[in-house]
Amino acid sequence: MNIITEGIGELFQKVTPNEFREWTRENKSRMLIDKRMTEKEAVSRFVKNGNYLAIGGFGHVRIPMAVIYEIVRQRIKDLSVAGHTAVHDLDTLIAGGCVKNVDAAYITGYEVRGLSAVQRRAYESGSVKLTEWSNGTLAWRLKAAAIGVSFLPVRCLLGTDTMKYSAAKVARCPFTNDIYALVPALFPDVTIVHVHRCDIYGNAQIDGAVVKDDLSARAAKRVIMTTEEIIDTEQIREQPWNTIIPYYNVDAVIEVPWGSHPGNMPLRYFYDNDFINKYLEAGKNPQELAKFLDEWIYSLEDFDEYLTKLGFKRLRRLRDEEFMRRKDDA
Amino acid sequence: MMPEYNKLEQLACVAAKYLEDGKTVAVGTGLPLIAASLAQKTHAPNLIIIFEAGGISPIVPTLPISVGDSRTTHKCLMAAGLAESMETMARGLVDYAFLGAAQIDMYGNINSTQIGLDHAHPKVRFPGSGGANDFGSLCWETLLVLRPHDTKKFVPKVDFITTPGYLTGPGTRDSAGLPPNTGPSHVITDLGVLGFDEQTKRMKIEKVHPGITIATIRENTGFELLLDTKVSETEEPTAEELRLLREIIDPERRIIGR
Repeated sequence: MNIITEGIGELFQKVTPNEFREWTRENKSRMLIDKRMTEKEAVSRFVKNGNYLAIGGFGHVRIPMAVIYEIVRQRIKDLSVAGHTAVHDLDTLIAGGCVKNVDAAYITGYEVRGLSAVQRRAYESGSVKLTEWSNGTLAWRLKAAAIGVSFLPVRCLLGTDTMKYSAAKVARCPFTNDIYALVPALFPDVTIVHVHRCDIYGNAQIDGAVVKDDLSARAAKRVIMTTEEIIDTEQIREQPWNTIIPYYNVDAVIEVPWGSHPGNMPLRYFYDNDFINKYLEAGKNPQELAKFLDEWIYSLEDFDEYLTKLGFKRLRRLRDEEFMRRKDDA
Repeated sequence: MMPEYNKLEQLACVAAKYLEDGKTVAVGTGLPLIAASLAQKTHAPNLIIIFEAGGISPIVPTLPISVGDSRTTHKCLMAAGLAESMETMARGLVDYAFLGAAQIDMYGNINSTQIGLDHAHPKVRFPGSGGANDFGSLCWETLLVLRPHDTKKFVPKVDFITTPGYLTGPGTRDSAGLPPNTGPSHVITDLGVLGFDEQTKRMKIEKVHPGITIATIRENTGFELLLDTKVSETEEPTAEELRLLREIIDPERRIIGR
């Protein structure tokens, strides 16, 4: 295939469909085994320095914060991260000094809340390296991996600087002669997702938008799943059409109610805007940020302690807000 | 007597008119969603909203903070994902993309990635494409809302082409490989509405807001603007449109302000 042009961005993860198949053959259990463990155990077993991470949800919606906090707490270094609408998830990892490279689709921003000082410092100083993509092309990179091929041809990126600073290539279709951007498959070392419910094996249901979690769970070598609740496998078998991620992709299951806090969990609880605003404010000043991380991550043993510190009253208010039950909220 | 209104309310009302009934629009949070909601409640009850995170045809109860939060799938027809929404655009089912940007040039190329030319050390880093590059490549027609209209935003050359407009002129979208017959159609600003000349694909003045002159628009644009054969005035917001915006769509005035 003749390459017409190619991006100059760095490819942070090797494209390895054959190796992935072999690895899966050797390492992924087909047995229904109980995968429950703590976030501490899951991170120390599966997340290594230098790994490539994909994170479920939509940046500040349905994000696996217990595992993200634990990665920060264990001071994992040099991670590469898929930056699909990467908001509070990626920001926390960068604040903790865990990140070296980001495949950027949507970064730096907190959507209508504006830009994050933490990410701005990281990218403007060059301390975190970026390769450009879009939300669609990152999803299709995961899709390529999920279907076991090394790239997919797509009809965006073309003609732009997003293309120039990506690691995509441009070529003509051998059937139609149309020009496509070829996006390389993305095989994360670890995908972390937070779901509404799953069984002890990792058969998972998600309410609301799936975003790209179906794809990122299928594309990764290891999947760490946190869940609002663990349900009986019988309930999975009663509605198998609701299984978004099947057990054989999953390596760890951790029951973490309120596990997306301070993010939104659709049909469970709303954002903790007060927490996010305080974090964003602290992020403007490295010393204040260090204090914030110490208070909410390093000084706490685990996510249970974090929830205890937040207190039930606060959490219940977030649930009321999600269902728009309170109009007089402060 | 016409009711009083602010610039954002005016922008929302003008933008809404470009969305036809029975079509599909891909939106983000903020002003594009406000305009789409207003269109649905006025002339376009059958306009279908698509959020890239997967909310297909939601009935948005209150303004979302994120394109992926529970408000964007409220009572929707399908809660899908990023790939599904972008693939729907790729199949030609999405009529309008609705985008904003930090910078734009005369061909409608837009920058939402960075200020400064050094990619490794930008002066200001913005979010980047998000879904914008996919929207602007794959949807039939791209509508842009930019404010304030000034020479910092309307520049001869954008620092970074995040999302393609007409690239360097006629035919260049096609030769780059982008799907045929796509591209930006209108740029709606706080001074007026700009379109694109058929022949040259360059930006032209189509409408001015009441009280704004062509000269003011030219002074606030960093490149030479063409002039439509008949430049008209935009309509002022009606009392009913303002009621919908203030009481139903954005009662907390989070986006439209006061």
